[in-house]
Amino acid sequence: MSKQQANWSPYDNNGGSCVAIAGADYCVVAADTRMSTGYSILTRDYSKICKLADKCFLASSGFQADVRALQKNLAAKHLSYQHQHNKQMSCPAMAQLLSNTLYYKRFFPYYAFNVLGGLDSEGKGCVFTYDAVGSYEKVGYSAQGSGSTLIMPVLDKRLQSPSPLLLPSQDAVTPLSEEEAIDLVKTVFVAATERDIHTGDSVEIVVLNADGIRREHVELRKD
Amino acid sequence: MSSVELNQPKNSLSEIQRTQYPYVTGTSVVALKYKDGILMASDMGASYGSTLRYKSVERIKPIGKHSLLGATGELSDFQELLRYLDELILYDNMWDDGNSLGPKEVHNYLTRIMYNRRNKFNPLWNSLILGGVKNGQKYLGTVNMIGVHYEDDHVATGFGNHLARPILREEWHKDLSFEDGVKILEKCMRVLLYRDRSAVNKLQIAKITEEGVTISQPYALKTFWGFNAFQNPTAAAEGSW
Repeated sequence: MSKQQANWSPYDNNGGSCVAIAGADYCVVAADTRMSTGYSILTRDYSKICKLADKCFLASSGFQADVRALQKNLAAKHLSYQHQHNKQMSCPAMAQLLSNTLYYKRFFPYYAFNVLGGLDSEGKGCVFTYDAVGSYEKVGYSAQGSGSTLIMPVLDKRLQSPSPLLLPSQDAVTPLSEEEAIDLVKTVFVAATERDIHTGDSVEIVVLNADGIRREHVELRKD
Repeated sequence: MSSVELNQPKNSLSEIQRTQYPYVTGTSVVALKYKDGILMASDMGASYGSTLRYKSVERIKPIGKHSLLGATGELSDFQELLRYLDELILYDNMWDDGNSLGPKEVHNYLTRIMYNRRNKFNPLWNSLILGGVKNGQKYLGTVNMIGVHYEDDHVATGFGNHLARPILREEWHKDLSFEDGVKILEKCMRVLLYRDRSAVNKLQIAKITEEGVTISQPYALKTFWGFNAFQNPTAAAEGSW
């Protein structure tokens, strides 16, 4: 009998876009809720955002099974951190942990594209952006996933963040107010949904500030 | 030369046989939530490549007291999975503490099995649907051979995701009666029968509620092959040959 299937691959790309924006006293983390494979939609209501600590949220797209394994791995490590230190991990510490966790699987990587957003110990917004093998950078805003190529240039133009090459390095938090940042996030997701077939259905927005955590859901195109 | 030999990693595990492609496969399973629980449908065919080799295979099985499992893909891998689950349920029963595994727990277990096997480059070649009811909570989820998994109000594997889910998205609502649920599933199965070459006209519909599992006797759907387009398929596209 001749072989009928294409050669087996341990990876898939389930699509989706993730965005995070840091402000002086807030952080916005957002991701769409579509999960797809190839040209098919698997489900329209799958959350890509994971709460890793009290003031630390991770938005991830890529291969869903790897993303879930990564989230479970980080949750387990954070639990043991809480037992050892009797406190929640800070956002910059979680950022380093995520980098190490990704690099640990350098030669059979988690196919996951992450944006980590949260508040640092002073309550200032912080965003960290990653590649699949753990390179990471602290930025003022970032987009990852299938719609990132459409979203990132819009954020660049609207947020005009200071060059990372400047010396001494300048703070990268955005000048926008919280409401403006949330509006911008909604705009870029509506825009990405128009042209990226893997982004759509709805966008889940998590807003962190001094008052706590707030969640918003906005419907997007379903085609 | 077969790809089994070509793709072996050169290490101490290289003698182990791995499933790199399926032999005997079952096609779509379709399932939905309805008012009192979960309904699941699958046909009873199993193909050896493109040969319809078996025509009376049960691809929906009850798992423990609260769950129903439907499988697409390699049948031997499905049977192995059923052995794992039998052991899981048995060992859980031996605690004799009045607790039992619900559909959520079983689905999570399946998810970990599938993902763990893909990590070993030795996948179980299936797409699975797990449905159930426990403590008044309905559960319907799916997982595939590389560990991708999700819950939804209706799910379908394989061709079902292309042909049945658009129908389900149109017609599903959350307080479907049993009769209406069966009607929708039969509509899905009929479309699959017409358009999926490996589907056969012998199917089972299974129901799970708080009261327990009922799997129907095998039956056939009424079909009509007299459509003009079926009898003279090239009528609309006549060419020089």
